[in-house]
Amino acid sequence: MTTNGSHQVLTFVLGNETYGVDILRVQEIRGWSAVTKIPHAPAHVLGVLNLRGSIVPIVDLRMRFALERVEYTAVTVIIVMSVNTPAGRRDFGVVVDGVSDVVDVNSAEVKPAPELGSRSATDYIRGLVSVAERMVVLLDIDRLIGRDLAISAGVDGEEALAASAA
Amino acid sequence: MTVDLAQFHDAFFEESFEALDAMEAALLKLDVGSPEPELINTIFRVAHSIKGGSATFGFTEIASFTHSLETLLDELRSGAMAVTVALSDLLLKSVDVMRAMLRAVQAKQPIDSQRVSDLQFDLEVAIANKSAQAAAAPVSAAVAGGAHSAAAGGSGAQAEPAVTAPASSRWRIRFHPYRELLARGNDPLRMLRELAALGELAVWVDAQMLPPLADVNPQDCYLAWSLELPGEVAEEAIKQVFEWAEGDCDLTIERVAAGTNDFLASPQAPVVTPAPASALAATTPAQVAAPETTSATPAVGAVPTIATAATPLRAEAPAKTEASISGDSGSIRVSVEKIDELMNTVGELVITQAMLSQLGSHFDGPEAEKLRGGLAQLERNMRELQESVMRVRMLPISFVFSRFPRMVRDLAQRLGKQIELKLTGEQTELDKTVLEKIGDPLVHLVRNCIDHGIESPEARVGAGKPAEGTVHLDACHRGGNIAVEVSDDGGGLDKERILAKARARGLVGPNDSLTDSEIHELIFLPGFSTAEKTTDVSGRGVGMDVVRRNVKALGGKIDLKSEPGRGSRFTITLPLTLAIVDGQSVAVGTETYIVPLISIVESMQLKATGVTRLSGRSEVLSFRGDYLPIIRLHELFGVEPRSRALHEGLVVVAEGDGRRVGLFVDDLLGQQQVVIKSLETNYGHIEGVSGATILGDGSVALILDVPGLIRAASMRAAA
Repeated sequence: MTTNGSHQVLTFVLGNETYGVDILRVQEIRGWSAVTKIPHAPAHVLGVLNLRGSIVPIVDLRMRFALERVEYTAVTVIIVMSVNTPAGRRDFGVVVDGVSDVVDVNSAEVKPAPELGSRSATDYIRGLVSVAERMVVLLDIDRLIGRDLAISAGVDGEEALAASAA
Repeated sequence: MTVDLAQFHDAFFEESFEALDAMEAALLKLDVGSPEPELINTIFRVAHSIKGGSATFGFTEIASFTHSLETLLDELRSGAMAVTVALSDLLLKSVDVMRAMLRAVQAKQPIDSQRVSDLQFDLEVAIANKSAQAAAAPVSAAVAGGAHSAAAGGSGAQAEPAVTAPASSRWRIRFHPYRELLARGNDPLRMLRELAALGELAVWVDAQMLPPLADVNPQDCYLAWSLELPGEVAEEAIKQVFEWAEGDCDLTIERVAAGTNDFLASPQAPVVTPAPASALAATTPAQVAAPETTSATPAVGAVPTIATAATPLRAEAPAKTEASISGDSGSIRVSVEKIDELMNTVGELVITQAMLSQLGSHFDGPEAEKLRGGLAQLERNMRELQESVMRVRMLPISFVFSRFPRMVRDLAQRLGKQIELKLTGEQTELDKTVLEKIGDPLVHLVRNCIDHGIESPEARVGAGKPAEGTVHLDACHRGGNIAVEVSDDGGGLDKERILAKARARGLVGPNDSLTDSEIHELIFLPGFSTAEKTTDVSGRGVGMDVVRRNVKALGGKIDLKSEPGRGSRFTITLPLTLAIVDGQSVAVGTETYIVPLISIVESMQLKATGVTRLSGRSEVLSFRGDYLPIIRLHELFGVEPRSRALHEGLVVVAEGDGRRVGLFVDDLLGQQQVVIKSLETNYGHIEGVSGATILGDGSVALILDVPGLIRAASMRAAA
């Protein structure tokens, strides 16, 4: 991500909030379809899906953020993103309520997230930015999902975090 | 015209490494004292082609080194030098050095010049020693030809054995290039010019093979030449001109008396040149007799004869065919990535085809029958395609075995043991990925056999065995698997010592008595070594556990049989391929799982009475006189089953790690070959699951790993 100038962000809705991810990380957007459960996975890792021949894990962001669960409907979408982890690049799908828009975000306008409580609870938030009167929460998916992956893959979580922070 | 030579580097390296392997293999087969000429030729050709290639690409250090090597080999080839143990050691070292140089150049690293020049010095010394010898006592010059008489500092052409050798004689050269001469970077014009520089050159060109203009390929050479040079030109000088073209042409250089000006003359003294000489002589008697012969040898037909001789030559003299192998062999080099890509695409196609077949069964109407016919045809074709692609990935196990002769030789030498290595079943094919990963475990096993298994020659003789021990590597297909065996006729496992060691380490209680197979199991424990002193060969305790782990990671298993005083045998059983597994689909609730067929013993329906509960919790089923624990998959995987009552579902008796369990599932769905997809690419390892596959409807099913399941279940039971 560039530190100055602007970059494009894909925004999506989750409950009442709007979130944004770097568009360069987005592989594809697809409708919801049933997943295959995987044993011993964290509750928010719903299962795996066949994405043109490769097996991609799917995370429910609502559950990840401890939001109220909703039924999956025809408009529920999965955003497939690539995540950098200590073990290399991985593809991951996140279930969100709906995709909104692609917006240009000027890096200078990004405000840091206010520190509330423990830092690690919000360290996956890259910052906040106001787009058309709405507040968009910019996510650092490497931290958000990379950590899940690392834990579920049996790598020490703290170590993975340290590596992704480095 | 400038050509970017760099594009050929990879091919050069690859070919050179292969050639070095061949050279090494030939060296190891070379008998001291009475070497087989064909082996020496093979070795010589390798040195020669590496020299040529490296000079072309400007790798001067390699070219210079191989030149010295080639000179030495030429002495061997001519019989002027004998093959000794020291010499074959020197040559093996040269192989190592060449390999190291090529690797360095390939990695664009500096060459270890010290090592190279040391060895090159040794080579030169060996050559010089021989030359001194030869000067003192000229050896069979008739066979050796001018090569070494010149090297021996003799009087060049004058020292020739030819009867009519005075200065008035002339050199007659018949030079018949193969068509691909030009493509190999040789230029006959340049050679002719070089010859002309040696002395007054007479040239006859033979254009008989020139096809009609429309058929001419401008990159092929269709001409042949007959040449004459004055007799005082050194033969060595002539040979040097043709040095690079050797193997790309039929060449004879012979001495004739002055005055025989036409080319219907005969050769006299045995012809001094590369391989074709003898073969050519063999084809001559049938040819036209010449009017003006100066000796009693049968006449040889002129240029056209040589032209026709070209074909039989290739068949008769294997020495020749080798050189042109890259031109006309029936294989091509393909990068592994391309094959993997192909595999993936075919995998996708199989899935799509399965999807279509499923869809097709839903249609009705007159056209539907045709559709289904087409789909069935598609399915057959797909299966064939998939099998063909799988076969592309298969390589003979000799790729792995070939490293052992050298290793065994070196180790045996270092440990002062006499060992014969027997290789069988080298042509057994298996998947390249499996092949790559089986190498290290095998190396370890062979090292163990040599270090621990085979006794010293004295001990062997004392035990009434031949002084030379045998290590046997064998590979064969067994069902859908491949079995690789490493056996030795050494002392076998020392059970007492293993047991004592295990007791000392507290692995076994002082009063426990163990069966043989339990004792054998001990050596697979991490950090277990009975070696009294740690050598650099083995004994550091990293070993058999790693071997077993590697074999298991490949979905295989390793067994051990050992008899005291008779030797031991390790058997590795491996799947043929890692990409596809034969599986049984089972249903648990709404989920589908694949159980590899290789793990399944039997599937059965339980009667309510067939199950016993132990201490109220764990369930046990009676199966052929055994009691097997039941693993309820739904519990282990946290899935809602259709039924929890054991008699309403089915039990799949599966085996893993030598243990049997009953897997309780709702239903059996069908057997199919499934393409294994990694879960670890995007997720991670899941205990009890070896991977995933994509079913006909596009959904994902997990493939069960039975040994992992058993571990996971026993951990749960213990918790």
